[in-house]
Amino acid sequence: MNMLQSQNASLAPVAESVPAVRVSQLRKSYGALEVLKGVSLDAHDGDVVSILGSSGSGKSTMLRCINMLEVPNGGEIAIGGEVIRLKETRTGPQPADRLQVDRLRSRIGMVFQSFNLWSHMTILENVIEAPVHVQKRPKAECIEEARELLAKVGIADKADHYPAHLSGGQQQRAAIARALAQRPRVMLFDEPTSALDPELVGEVLRVMRALAEEGRTMLVVTHEMGFARDVSNKVVFLHKGVVEEEGSPDDVFGGSRSERFRQFLVR
Amino acid sequence: MNEFGLLTVFSFGPGGWGPAMFKAAAMTIAVALTGFVFGAMVGALGAWAKIAGGRITRGIADGYTTVLRGIPDLLVIYLFYFGSSAVLTPIGRMFGATGFLSLPGFLAGALAIGIVSGAYHTEVFRGAYRSVSRGEIEAAVAIGMSRALVFRRIIVPLSLRFALPGLGNVWQLVLKESALISVTGLVEILRQAQIGAGSTRQPFTFFLAAAILYLVISSVSGWTLQRAEQRFTRGLRRV
Ligand SMILES: Nc1ncnc2c1ncn2[C@@H]1O[C@H](COP(=O)(O)OP(=O)(O)O)[C@@H](O)[C@H]1O
Ligand SMILES: [Mg+2]
Repeated sequence: MNMLQSQNASLAPVAESVPAVRVSQLRKSYGALEVLKGVSLDAHDGDVVSILGSSGSGKSTMLRCINMLEVPNGGEIAIGGEVIRLKETRTGPQPADRLQVDRLRSRIGMVFQSFNLWSHMTILENVIEAPVHVQKRPKAECIEEARELLAKVGIADKADHYPAHLSGGQQQRAAIARALAQRPRVMLFDEPTSALDPELVGEVLRVMRALAEEGRTMLVVTHEMGFARDVSNKVVFLHKGVVEEEGSPDDVFGGSRSERFRQFLVR
Repeated sequence: MNEFGLLTVFSFGPGGWGPAMFKAAAMTIAVALTGFVFGAMVGALGAWAKIAGGRITRGIADGYTTVLRGIPDLLVIYLFYFGSSAVLTPIGRMFGATGFLSLPGFLAGALAIGIVSGAYHTEVFRGAYRSVSRGEIEAAVAIGMSRALVFRRIIVPLSLRFALPGLGNVWQLVLKESALISVTGLVEILRQAQIGAGSTRQPFTFFLAAAILYLVISSVSGWTLQRAEQRFTRGLRRV
Protein backbone atom coordinates (compact mmCIF):
# COMPACT_ATOMS: atom_id res chain seq x y z
CA MET A 1 0.00 0.00 0.00
CA ASN A 2 2.83 2.34 0.87
CA MET A 3 4.53 1.43 -2.33
CA LEU A 4 1.47 2.41 -4.30
CA GLN A 5 1.20 5.72 -2.56
CA SER A 6 4.80 6.50 -3.32
CA GLN A 7 4.15 5.45 -6.92
CA ASN A 8 1.35 7.91 -7.11
CA ALA A 9 3.51 10.63 -5.66
CA SER A 10 6.25 9.86 -8.16
CA LEU A 11 3.93 10.61 -11.06
CA ALA A 12 4.98 14.12 -11.93
CA PRO A 13 2.86 16.29 -9.67
CA VAL A 14 0.75 18.66 -11.71
CA ALA A 15 -0.94 21.89 -10.87
CA GLU A 16 -4.36 21.40 -9.30
CA SER A 17 -5.98 23.07 -12.26
CA VAL A 18 -4.85 20.56 -14.90
CA PRO A 19 -7.29 17.66 -14.93
CA ALA A 20 -5.91 14.13 -15.18
CA VAL A 21 -8.55 13.50 -17.84
CA ARG A 22 -10.46 16.14 -19.71
CA VAL A 23 -13.19 15.12 -22.11
CA SER A 24 -14.67 18.03 -23.98
CA GLN A 25 -17.58 18.08 -26.40
CA LEU A 26 -16.92 14.47 -27.31
CA ARG A 27 -18.88 13.17 -30.26
CA LYS A 28 -18.88 9.66 -31.67
CA SER A 29 -21.03 8.02 -34.33
CA TYR A 30 -21.23 4.52 -35.72
CA GLY A 31 -22.54 5.05 -39.20
CA ALA A 32 -25.77 6.95 -38.87
CA LEU A 33 -26.05 6.20 -35.14
CA GLU A 34 -24.76 9.07 -33.04
CA VAL A 35 -23.75 7.49 -29.75
CA LEU A 36 -22.10 10.46 -28.03
CA LYS A 37 -23.53 13.88 -28.70
CA GLY A 38 -21.10 16.26 -27.08
CA VAL A 39 -20.05 14.81 -23.75
CA SER A 40 -17.78 16.76 -21.42
CA LEU A 41 -16.20 15.49 -18.25
CA ASP A 42 -13.23 16.41 -16.04
CA ALA A 43 -11.45 14.07 -13.66
CA HIS A 44 -8.80 15.59 -11.43
CA ASP A 45 -6.05 13.66 -9.71
CA GLY A 46 -7.59 11.57 -6.97
CA ASP A 47 -11.11 11.79 -8.34
CA VAL A 48 -13.22 8.68 -8.43
CA VAL A 49 -15.88 9.24 -11.04
CA SER A 50 -18.79 6.83 -11.36
CA ILE A 51 -20.42 6.79 -14.77
CA LEU A 52 -23.99 5.56 -14.70
CA GLY A 53 -26.54 5.06 -17.44
CA SER A 54 -28.74 2.42 -18.94
CA SER A 55 -27.45 -0.06 -21.46
CA GLY A 56 -26.65 1.55 -24.80
CA SER A 57 -26.34 5.08 -23.40
CA GLY A 58 -22.72 5.33 -24.56
CA LYS A 59 -20.80 4.69 -21.34
CA SER A 60 -18.37 2.19 -22.82
CA THR A 61 -17.91 4.27 -25.92
CA MET A 62 -16.96 7.30 -23.85
CA LEU A 63 -14.50 5.33 -21.73
CA ARG A 64 -12.96 3.74 -24.82
CA CYS A 65 -12.51 7.12 -26.47
CA ILE A 66 -10.34 8.21 -23.56
CA ASN A 67 -7.62 5.71 -24.53
CA MET A 68 -8.46 5.85 -28.23
CA LEU A 69 -9.80 2.31 -28.47
CA GLU A 70 -12.49 4.25 -30.28
CA VAL A 71 -11.55 7.34 -32.22
CA PRO A 72 -13.96 10.23 -31.63
CA ASN A 73 -15.64 12.07 -34.48
CA GLY A 74 -15.43 15.35 -32.69
CA GLY A 75 -14.37 17.04 -29.49
CA GLU A 76 -11.17 16.61 -27.56
CA ILE A 77 -9.50 14.28 -25.09
CA ALA A 78 -6.64 15.53 -22.94
CA ILE A 79 -4.63 13.38 -20.56
CA GLY A 80 -2.78 15.38 -17.92
CA GLY A 81 -3.25 18.47 -20.06
CA GLU A 82 -1.87 16.83 -23.21
CA VAL A 83 -4.42 16.90 -26.01
CA ILE A 84 -4.57 13.77 -28.17
CA ARG A 85 -4.01 14.96 -31.71
CA LEU A 86 -6.33 13.64 -34.39
CA LYS A 87 -6.28 13.93 -38.15
CA GLU A 88 -8.98 13.52 -40.77
CA THR A 89 -8.56 10.57 -43.12
CA ARG A 90 -10.63 9.07 -45.89
CA THR A 91 -12.11 6.57 -43.45
CA GLY A 92 -12.75 9.13 -40.70
CA PRO A 93 -10.65 10.64 -37.92
CA GLN A 94 -7.49 8.82 -36.84
CA PRO A 95 -4.80 9.59 -34.28
CA ALA A 96 -2.29 11.95 -35.88
CA ASP A 97 0.59 10.48 -33.91
CA ARG A 98 0.53 6.79 -33.01
CA LEU A 99 3.52 7.20 -30.75
CA GLN A 100 1.71 9.85 -28.73
CA VAL A 101 -1.29 7.56 -28.33
CA ASP A 102 0.88 4.58 -27.34
CA ARG A 103 2.75 6.71 -24.83
CA LEU A 104 -0.43 8.03 -23.24
CA ARG A 105 -2.02 4.58 -23.22
CA SER A 106 0.95 3.15 -21.39
CA ARG A 107 -0.06 5.23 -18.35
CA ILE A 108 -3.80 4.56 -18.58
CA GLY A 109 -4.88 1.33 -16.93
CA MET A 110 -8.00 -0.26 -18.36
CA VAL A 111 -10.06 -2.95 -16.68
CA PHE A 112 -12.57 -4.68 -18.94
CA GLN A 113 -15.87 -6.31 -18.16
CA SER A 114 -14.59 -9.61 -19.56
CA PHE A 115 -11.12 -9.36 -17.91
CA ASN A 116 -9.24 -9.97 -21.17
CA LEU A 117 -6.23 -11.51 -19.49
CA TRP A 118 -3.81 -12.99 -22.01
CA SER A 119 -4.63 -16.67 -21.90
CA HIS A 120 -1.21 -17.92 -23.01
CA MET A 121 0.56 -16.19 -20.13
CA THR A 122 0.54 -16.96 -16.44
CA ILE A 123 -0.92 -14.37 -14.09
CA LEU A 124 2.56 -13.09 -13.24
CA GLU A 125 3.47 -12.85 -16.92
CA ASN A 126 0.26 -10.92 -17.53
CA VAL A 127 1.16 -8.45 -14.81
CA ILE A 128 4.76 -7.83 -15.92
CA GLU A 129 3.92 -7.57 -19.61
CA ALA A 130 3.31 -3.82 -19.72
CA PRO A 131 6.18 -2.71 -17.48
CA VAL A 132 8.71 -5.05 -19.12
CA HIS A 133 7.73 -4.93 -22.79
CA VAL A 134 6.09 -1.53 -23.12
CA GLN A 135 7.74 0.59 -20.45
CA LYS A 136 11.02 -1.35 -20.73
CA ARG A 137 11.72 -1.39 -17.02
CA PRO A 138 14.15 -3.94 -15.54
CA LYS A 139 12.46 -7.34 -15.38
CA ALA A 140 13.58 -8.29 -11.89
CA GLU A 141 12.19 -5.09 -10.45
CA CYS A 142 8.90 -5.63 -12.35
CA ILE A 143 8.54 -9.18 -11.05
CA GLU A 144 9.06 -8.01 -7.49
CA GLU A 145 6.50 -5.26 -7.90
CA ALA A 146 4.08 -7.63 -9.65
CA ARG A 147 4.21 -10.04 -6.71
CA GLU A 148 3.43 -7.20 -4.32
CA LEU A 149 0.51 -6.15 -6.49
CA LEU A 150 -0.83 -9.69 -6.64
CA ALA A 151 -0.58 -9.89 -2.85
CA LYS A 152 -2.38 -6.59 -2.63
CA VAL A 153 -5.34 -7.88 -4.67
CA GLY A 154 -5.26 -11.12 -2.70
CA ILE A 155 -4.06 -13.64 -5.28
CA ALA A 156 -0.35 -13.95 -4.52
CA ASP A 157 -0.73 -17.74 -4.64
CA LYS A 158 -2.03 -17.62 -8.23
CA ALA A 159 1.06 -16.01 -9.77
CA ASP A 160 2.05 -19.10 -11.74
CA HIS A 161 -1.46 -20.14 -12.75
CA TYR A 162 -3.00 -19.53 -16.13
CA PRO A 163 -6.06 -17.24 -16.27
CA ALA A 164 -8.39 -20.08 -17.31
CA HIS A 165 -7.72 -21.76 -13.98
CA LEU A 166 -8.95 -18.81 -11.91
CA SER A 167 -12.45 -17.84 -10.88
CA GLY A 168 -13.97 -14.75 -12.46
CA GLY A 169 -13.36 -12.69 -9.37
CA GLN A 170 -9.73 -13.77 -9.23
CA GLN A 171 -9.29 -13.03 -12.93
CA GLN A 172 -10.68 -9.55 -12.51
CA ARG A 173 -8.41 -8.89 -9.54
CA ALA A 174 -5.48 -10.11 -11.66
CA ALA A 175 -6.59 -7.71 -14.39
CA ILE A 176 -6.60 -4.89 -11.83
CA ALA A 177 -3.08 -5.86 -10.77
CA ARG A 178 -2.07 -5.85 -14.42
CA ALA A 179 -3.41 -2.32 -14.81
CA LEU A 180 -1.70 -1.19 -11.59
CA ALA A 181 1.62 -2.53 -12.87
CA GLN A 182 1.50 0.17 -15.54
CA ARG A 183 1.84 2.72 -12.70
CA PRO A 184 -1.14 4.36 -14.30
CA ARG A 185 -1.95 8.01 -14.02
CA VAL A 186 -5.62 7.14 -14.37
CA MET A 187 -7.57 3.90 -14.34
CA LEU A 188 -10.61 3.14 -16.46
CA PHE A 189 -13.06 0.45 -15.37
CA ASP A 190 -15.78 -0.69 -17.78
CA GLU A 191 -18.40 -2.54 -15.73
CA PRO A 192 -15.73 -4.54 -13.90
CA THR A 193 -18.22 -6.62 -11.92
CA SER A 194 -20.96 -7.15 -14.50
CA ALA A 195 -19.63 -10.47 -15.77
CA LEU A 196 -19.22 -11.90 -12.28
CA ASP A 197 -21.38 -14.28 -10.32
CA PRO A 198 -23.06 -12.27 -7.56
CA GLU A 199 -21.03 -13.88 -4.80
CA LEU A 200 -17.78 -12.76 -6.48
CA VAL A 201 -18.70 -9.11 -6.92
CA GLY A 202 -17.75 -8.16 -3.38
CA GLU A 203 -14.10 -9.22 -3.61
CA VAL A 204 -13.56 -7.03 -6.67
CA LEU A 205 -15.41 -4.05 -5.24
CA ARG A 206 -13.31 -4.29 -2.06
CA VAL A 207 -10.13 -4.01 -4.12
CA MET A 208 -11.52 -1.03 -6.03
CA ARG A 209 -12.56 0.67 -2.82
CA ALA A 210 -9.03 0.23 -1.47
CA LEU A 211 -7.64 1.84 -4.61
CA ALA A 212 -10.01 4.76 -4.25
CA GLU A 213 -8.92 5.23 -0.64
CA GLU A 214 -5.29 5.42 -1.78
CA GLY A 215 -6.22 8.43 -3.85
CA ARG A 216 -6.04 6.82 -7.27
CA THR A 217 -7.75 8.54 -10.15
CA MET A 218 -10.51 6.28 -11.42
CA LEU A 219 -13.29 6.47 -13.98
CA VAL A 220 -15.70 3.65 -13.31
CA VAL A 221 -18.63 2.62 -15.47
CA THR A 222 -20.78 0.65 -13.08
CA HIS A 223 -24.22 -0.51 -12.13
CA GLU A 224 -23.18 -0.85 -8.49
CA MET A 225 -25.09 2.00 -6.90
CA GLY A 226 -23.46 1.33 -3.52
CA PHE A 227 -20.04 1.95 -5.04
CA ALA A 228 -21.20 5.07 -6.87
CA ARG A 229 -22.79 6.51 -3.73
CA ASP A 230 -20.19 5.57 -1.13
CA VAL A 231 -16.85 5.41 -2.92
CA SER A 232 -16.89 7.93 -5.73
CA ASN A 233 -16.71 11.65 -5.22
CA LYS A 234 -18.35 12.40 -8.53
CA VAL A 235 -21.25 10.82 -10.37
CA VAL A 236 -22.09 11.26 -14.02
CA PHE A 237 -25.36 10.02 -15.49
CA LEU A 238 -25.29 9.47 -19.23
CA HIS A 239 -28.50 9.22 -21.18
CA LYS A 240 -28.68 8.74 -24.93
CA GLY A 241 -25.26 10.21 -25.48
CA VAL A 242 -25.52 13.29 -23.29
CA VAL A 243 -24.67 13.99 -19.65
CA GLU A 244 -28.02 14.22 -17.90
CA GLU A 245 -26.76 14.55 -14.34
CA GLU A 246 -23.39 15.37 -12.90
CA GLY A 247 -22.22 16.17 -9.41
CA SER A 248 -21.30 14.79 -6.03
CA PRO A 249 -23.07 11.57 -5.04
CA ASP A 250 -25.10 13.50 -2.49
CA ASP A 251 -26.27 15.99 -5.11
CA VAL A 252 -27.05 13.39 -7.72
CA PHE A 253 -28.65 10.76 -5.53
CA GLY A 254 -30.38 13.13 -3.13
CA GLY A 255 -32.25 16.29 -3.74
CA SER A 256 -33.12 17.47 -7.18
CA ARG A 257 -32.79 14.79 -9.75
CA SER A 258 -34.18 14.50 -13.20
CA GLU A 259 -37.17 12.36 -14.00
CA ARG A 260 -34.94 10.22 -16.19
CA PHE A 261 -32.46 9.53 -13.42
CA ARG A 262 -35.32 8.58 -11.10
CA GLN A 263 -36.58 6.15 -13.68
CA PHE A 264 -33.09 4.75 -14.11
CA LEU A 265 -32.76 4.23 -10.34
CA VAL A 266 -36.02 2.36 -9.91
CA ARG A 267 -35.25 -0.05 -12.74
CA MET B 1 17.71 -65.83 -51.41
CA ASN B 2 14.90 -68.28 -50.87
CA GLU B 3 12.74 -66.91 -48.04
CA PHE B 4 12.07 -63.33 -49.12
CA GLY B 5 9.98 -61.35 -46.65
CA LEU B 6 9.65 -58.09 -44.76
CA LEU B 7 12.70 -59.02 -42.72
CA THR B 8 14.82 -59.02 -45.85
CA VAL B 9 13.47 -55.65 -46.90
CA PHE B 10 14.40 -54.11 -43.57
CA SER B 11 17.57 -56.15 -43.12
CA PHE B 12 20.92 -54.42 -42.96
CA GLY B 13 22.69 -57.72 -43.55
CA PRO B 14 23.99 -59.02 -46.89
CA GLY B 15 21.25 -58.95 -49.53
CA GLY B 16 19.08 -56.83 -47.23
CA TRP B 17 17.35 -53.68 -48.46
CA GLY B 18 17.52 -51.97 -45.07
CA PRO B 19 20.05 -49.25 -45.91
CA ALA B 20 18.23 -48.30 -49.10
CA MET B 21 14.82 -48.28 -47.42
CA PHE B 22 15.98 -46.16 -44.51
CA LYS B 23 17.78 -43.74 -46.77
CA ALA B 24 14.52 -43.44 -48.72
CA ALA B 25 12.58 -42.84 -45.50
CA ALA B 26 15.01 -40.08 -44.58
CA MET B 27 14.48 -38.58 -48.02
CA THR B 28 10.70 -38.67 -47.54
CA ILE B 29 11.04 -36.89 -44.21
CA ALA B 30 13.45 -34.34 -45.66
CA VAL B 31 11.36 -33.46 -48.67
CA ALA B 32 8.12 -33.41 -46.66
CA LEU B 33 9.64 -31.24 -43.96
CA THR B 34 11.13 -28.79 -46.46
CA GLY B 35 7.82 -28.61 -48.30
CA PHE B 36 5.92 -28.19 -45.03
CA VAL B 37 8.12 -25.31 -43.87
CA PHE B 38 7.89 -23.65 -47.26
CA GLY B 39 4.13 -24.17 -47.20
CA ALA B 40 3.93 -22.61 -43.74
CA MET B 41 5.68 -19.50 -45.08
CA VAL B 42 3.32 -19.36 -48.04
CA GLY B 43 0.41 -19.92 -45.65
CA ALA B 44 1.49 -17.13 -43.30
CA LEU B 45 1.65 -14.79 -46.26
CA GLY B 46 -1.69 -16.03 -47.58
CA ALA B 47 -3.38 -15.65 -44.20
CA TRP B 48 -1.97 -12.17 -43.81
CA ALA B 49 -3.27 -11.26 -47.27
CA LYS B 50 -6.73 -12.58 -46.47
CA ILE B 51 -6.93 -10.92 -43.06
CA ALA B 52 -5.25 -7.58 -43.57
CA GLY B 53 -4.94 -7.22 -47.32
CA GLY B 54 -6.75 -4.78 -49.52
CA ARG B 55 -9.20 -5.90 -52.18
CA ILE B 56 -6.50 -6.90 -54.67
CA THR B 57 -4.23 -8.81 -52.27
CA ARG B 58 -7.27 -10.57 -50.87
CA GLY B 59 -8.38 -11.48 -54.38
CA ILE B 60 -4.97 -12.95 -55.22
CA ALA B 61 -4.95 -15.02 -52.02
CA ASP B 62 -8.51 -16.24 -52.63
CA GLY B 63 -7.60 -17.13 -56.20
CA TYR B 64 -4.53 -19.03 -55.05
CA THR B 65 -6.40 -21.17 -52.51
CA THR B 66 -9.32 -21.84 -54.86
CA VAL B 67 -7.16 -22.78 -57.83
CA LEU B 68 -4.90 -25.05 -55.81
CA ARG B 69 -7.76 -26.88 -54.26
CA GLY B 70 -9.17 -27.48 -57.73
CA ILE B 71 -6.03 -28.90 -59.40
CA PRO B 72 -4.81 -32.44 -58.72
CA ASP B 73 -1.65 -32.26 -56.64
CA LEU B 74 0.17 -34.57 -59.03
CA LEU B 75 -0.43 -32.03 -61.76
CA VAL B 76 1.13 -29.29 -59.63
CA ILE B 77 4.23 -31.44 -59.29
CA TYR B 78 4.39 -32.00 -63.05
CA LEU B 79 3.92 -28.30 -63.62
CA PHE B 80 6.81 -27.52 -61.29
CA TYR B 81 9.09 -30.19 -62.67
CA PHE B 82 8.46 -29.60 -66.35
CA GLY B 83 7.57 -25.94 -65.94
CA SER B 84 10.93 -25.29 -64.36
CA SER B 85 12.65 -26.95 -67.32
CA ALA B 86 10.65 -24.83 -69.73
CA VAL B 87 12.08 -21.80 -67.93
CA LEU B 88 15.54 -23.13 -67.12
CA THR B 89 16.42 -24.77 -70.44
CA PRO B 90 16.34 -21.54 -72.52
CA ILE B 91 18.19 -19.71 -69.73
CA GLY B 92 20.76 -22.49 -69.77
CA ARG B 93 21.12 -22.10 -73.54
CA MET B 94 21.91 -18.44 -73.11
CA PHE B 95 24.80 -19.48 -70.93
CA GLY B 96 25.90 -22.08 -73.41
CA ALA B 97 24.44 -25.18 -71.80
CA THR B 98 22.87 -27.74 -74.06
CA GLY B 99 20.03 -30.13 -73.42
CA PHE B 100 17.31 -30.50 -70.84
CA LEU B 101 17.70 -28.50 -67.63
CA SER B 102 15.33 -28.86 -64.73
CA LEU B 103 15.08 -28.25 -61.03
CA PRO B 104 16.43 -31.23 -59.13
CA GLY B 105 13.61 -33.56 -58.08
CA PHE B 106 14.07 -32.64 -54.45
CA LEU B 107 13.70 -28.92 -55.00
CA ALA B 108 10.84 -29.25 -57.49
CA GLY B 109 9.07 -31.64 -55.15
CA ALA B 110 9.56 -29.55 -52.04
CA LEU B 111 8.40 -26.42 -53.86
CA ALA B 112 5.35 -28.19 -55.24
CA ILE B 113 4.44 -29.54 -51.81
CA GLY B 114 4.96 -26.08 -50.38
CA ILE B 115 2.66 -24.47 -52.91
CA VAL B 116 -0.01 -27.14 -52.46
CA SER B 117 0.13 -27.26 -48.66
CA GLY B 118 0.43 -23.46 -48.53
CA ALA B 119 -3.24 -23.31 -49.45
CA TYR B 120 -4.13 -25.48 -46.45
CA HIS B 121 -1.71 -23.59 -44.21
CA THR B 122 -3.42 -20.37 -45.25
CA GLU B 123 -6.79 -21.61 -44.03
CA VAL B 124 -5.31 -23.04 -40.83
CA PHE B 125 -3.58 -19.77 -39.95
CA ARG B 126 -6.58 -17.68 -40.85
CA GLY B 127 -8.85 -19.82 -38.71
CA ALA B 128 -6.36 -19.68 -35.85
CA TYR B 129 -6.17 -15.89 -36.05
CA ARG B 130 -9.95 -15.77 -35.92
CA SER B 131 -9.89 -17.76 -32.70
CA VAL B 132 -7.77 -15.17 -30.94
CA SER B 133 -10.10 -13.23 -28.68
CA ARG B 134 -10.62 -9.60 -29.73
CA GLY B 135 -10.61 -8.69 -26.05
CA GLU B 136 -7.08 -9.98 -25.54
CA ILE B 137 -5.85 -8.00 -28.52
CA GLU B 138 -7.65 -4.93 -27.23
CA ALA B 139 -6.07 -5.34 -23.79
CA ALA B 140 -2.66 -5.30 -25.47
CA VAL B 141 -3.50 -2.20 -27.48
CA ALA B 142 -4.78 -0.54 -24.32
CA ILE B 143 -1.47 -0.87 -22.43
CA GLY B 144 0.25 1.03 -25.22
CA MET B 145 1.73 -1.76 -27.32
CA SER B 146 2.66 -0.84 -30.87
CA ARG B 147 1.07 -2.86 -33.65
CA ALA B 148 4.26 -4.85 -34.14
CA LEU B 149 4.45 -5.66 -30.44
CA VAL B 150 0.80 -6.74 -30.31
CA PHE B 151 1.51 -9.01 -33.26
CA ARG B 152 4.66 -10.50 -31.76
CA ARG B 153 3.61 -10.83 -28.13
CA ILE B 154 -0.09 -11.67 -28.44
CA ILE B 155 -1.32 -12.55 -31.92
CA VAL B 156 1.48 -14.87 -33.05
CA PRO B 157 1.78 -16.97 -29.90
CA LEU B 158 -1.97 -17.31 -29.50
CA SER B 159 -2.59 -18.07 -33.19
CA LEU B 160 0.17 -20.68 -33.25
CA ARG B 161 -1.38 -22.42 -30.29
CA PHE B 162 -4.77 -22.49 -31.98
CA ALA B 163 -3.13 -23.60 -35.23
CA LEU B 164 -1.36 -26.65 -33.79
CA PRO B 165 -4.12 -29.23 -34.42
CA GLY B 166 -4.67 -27.94 -37.96
CA LEU B 167 -0.93 -27.94 -38.63
CA GLY B 168 -0.86 -31.57 -37.54
CA ASN B 169 -3.45 -32.40 -40.17
CA VAL B 170 -1.54 -30.52 -42.84
CA TRP B 171 1.63 -32.40 -41.90
CA GLN B 172 -0.10 -35.77 -42.35
CA LEU B 173 -1.34 -34.56 -45.70
CA VAL B 174 2.13 -33.41 -46.76
CA LEU B 175 3.60 -36.72 -45.73
CA LYS B 176 1.25 -38.60 -48.04
CA GLU B 177 1.71 -36.02 -50.77
CA SER B 178 5.44 -36.60 -50.71
CA ALA B 179 4.83 -40.00 -52.29
CA LEU B 180 3.69 -38.22 -55.46
CA ILE B 181 7.18 -36.84 -55.84
CA SER B 182 8.35 -40.32 -56.82
CA VAL B 183 7.27 -39.35 -60.34
CA THR B 184 10.24 -37.00 -60.59
CA GLY B 185 12.58 -39.90 -59.93
CA LEU B 186 13.48 -38.72 -56.44
CA VAL B 187 14.23 -41.84 -54.44
CA GLU B 188 11.91 -41.53 -51.49
CA ILE B 189 9.96 -44.37 -49.87
CA LEU B 190 7.56 -45.10 -52.70
CA ARG B 191 10.16 -44.86 -55.45
CA GLN B 192 12.52 -47.09 -53.49
CA ALA B 193 9.72 -49.62 -53.01
CA GLN B 194 9.06 -49.60 -56.75
CA ILE B 195 12.76 -50.15 -57.44
CA GLY B 196 12.90 -53.02 -54.96
CA ALA B 197 9.70 -54.52 -56.30
CA GLY B 198 11.02 -54.39 -59.84
CA SER B 199 14.36 -56.02 -59.13
CA THR B 200 13.10 -58.75 -56.77
CA ARG B 201 9.63 -59.39 -58.19
CA GLN B 202 8.24 -59.07 -54.68
CA PRO B 203 6.00 -56.04 -55.12
CA PHE B 204 3.61 -56.81 -52.29
CA THR B 205 6.38 -57.18 -49.74
CA PHE B 206 8.00 -53.90 -50.76
CA PHE B 207 4.79 -51.92 -50.84
CA LEU B 208 3.80 -53.37 -47.48
CA ALA B 209 7.18 -52.29 -46.16
CA ALA B 210 6.58 -48.81 -47.59
CA ALA B 211 3.19 -48.64 -45.89
CA ILE B 212 4.79 -49.60 -42.58
CA LEU B 213 7.41 -46.87 -42.96
CA TYR B 214 4.75 -44.23 -43.65
CA LEU B 215 2.75 -45.42 -40.67
CA VAL B 216 5.75 -45.27 -38.38
CA ILE B 217 6.65 -41.76 -39.50
CA SER B 218 3.10 -40.49 -39.18
CA SER B 219 2.53 -42.07 -35.76
CA VAL B 220 5.77 -40.76 -34.36
CA SER B 221 5.08 -37.28 -35.67
CA GLY B 222 1.47 -37.46 -34.53
CA TRP B 223 2.58 -38.38 -31.04
CA THR B 224 5.16 -35.59 -31.00
CA LEU B 225 2.59 -33.06 -32.12
CA GLN B 226 0.17 -34.19 -29.46
CA ARG B 227 2.82 -33.65 -26.82
CA ALA B 228 3.58 -30.22 -28.23
CA GLU B 229 -0.10 -29.38 -28.19
CA GLN B 230 -0.46 -30.40 -24.56
CA ARG B 231 2.55 -28.34 -23.68
CA PHE B 232 1.68 -25.19 -25.55
CA THR B 233 -2.05 -25.03 -24.99
CA ARG B 234 -1.87 -25.08 -21.21
CA GLY B 235 -4.34 -22.54 -20.00
CA LEU B 236 -5.99 -22.15 -23.37
CA ARG B 237 -8.93 -24.42 -22.67
CA ARG B 238 -11.81 -22.00 -22.68
CA VAL B 239 -14.87 -22.45 -20.56
N1 LIG C 1 -18.39 -0.89 -32.76
C1 LIG C 1 -19.67 -0.51 -32.81
N2 LIG C 1 -20.32 -0.49 -33.99
C2 LIG C 1 -21.61 -0.10 -34.07
N3 LIG C 1 -22.34 0.29 -33.03
C3 LIG C 1 -21.77 0.30 -31.81
C4 LIG C 1 -20.40 -0.11 -31.64
N4 LIG C 1 -20.09 -0.01 -30.33
C5 LIG C 1 -21.21 0.43 -29.72
N5 LIG C 1 -22.21 0.62 -30.60
C6 LIG C 1 -23.57 1.12 -30.28
O1 LIG C 1 -23.41 2.31 -29.58
C7 LIG C 1 -24.37 2.43 -28.55
C8 LIG C 1 -23.68 2.69 -27.23
O2 LIG C 1 -22.91 1.59 -26.91
P1 LIG C 1 -22.07 1.51 -25.56
O3 LIG C 1 -21.16 2.67 -25.47
O4 LIG C 1 -21.45 0.16 -25.52
O5 LIG C 1 -23.20 1.63 -24.46
P2 LIG C 1 -23.14 1.27 -22.91
O6 LIG C 1 -21.74 0.91 -22.55
O7 LIG C 1 -23.62 2.48 -22.21
O8 LIG C 1 -24.09 0.12 -22.73
C9 LIG C 1 -25.18 1.15 -28.58
O9 LIG C 1 -26.37 1.39 -29.28
C10 LIG C 1 -24.30 0.20 -29.34
O10 LIG C 1 -25.08 -0.72 -30.05
MG1 LIG D 1 -20.93 -0.93 -21.91
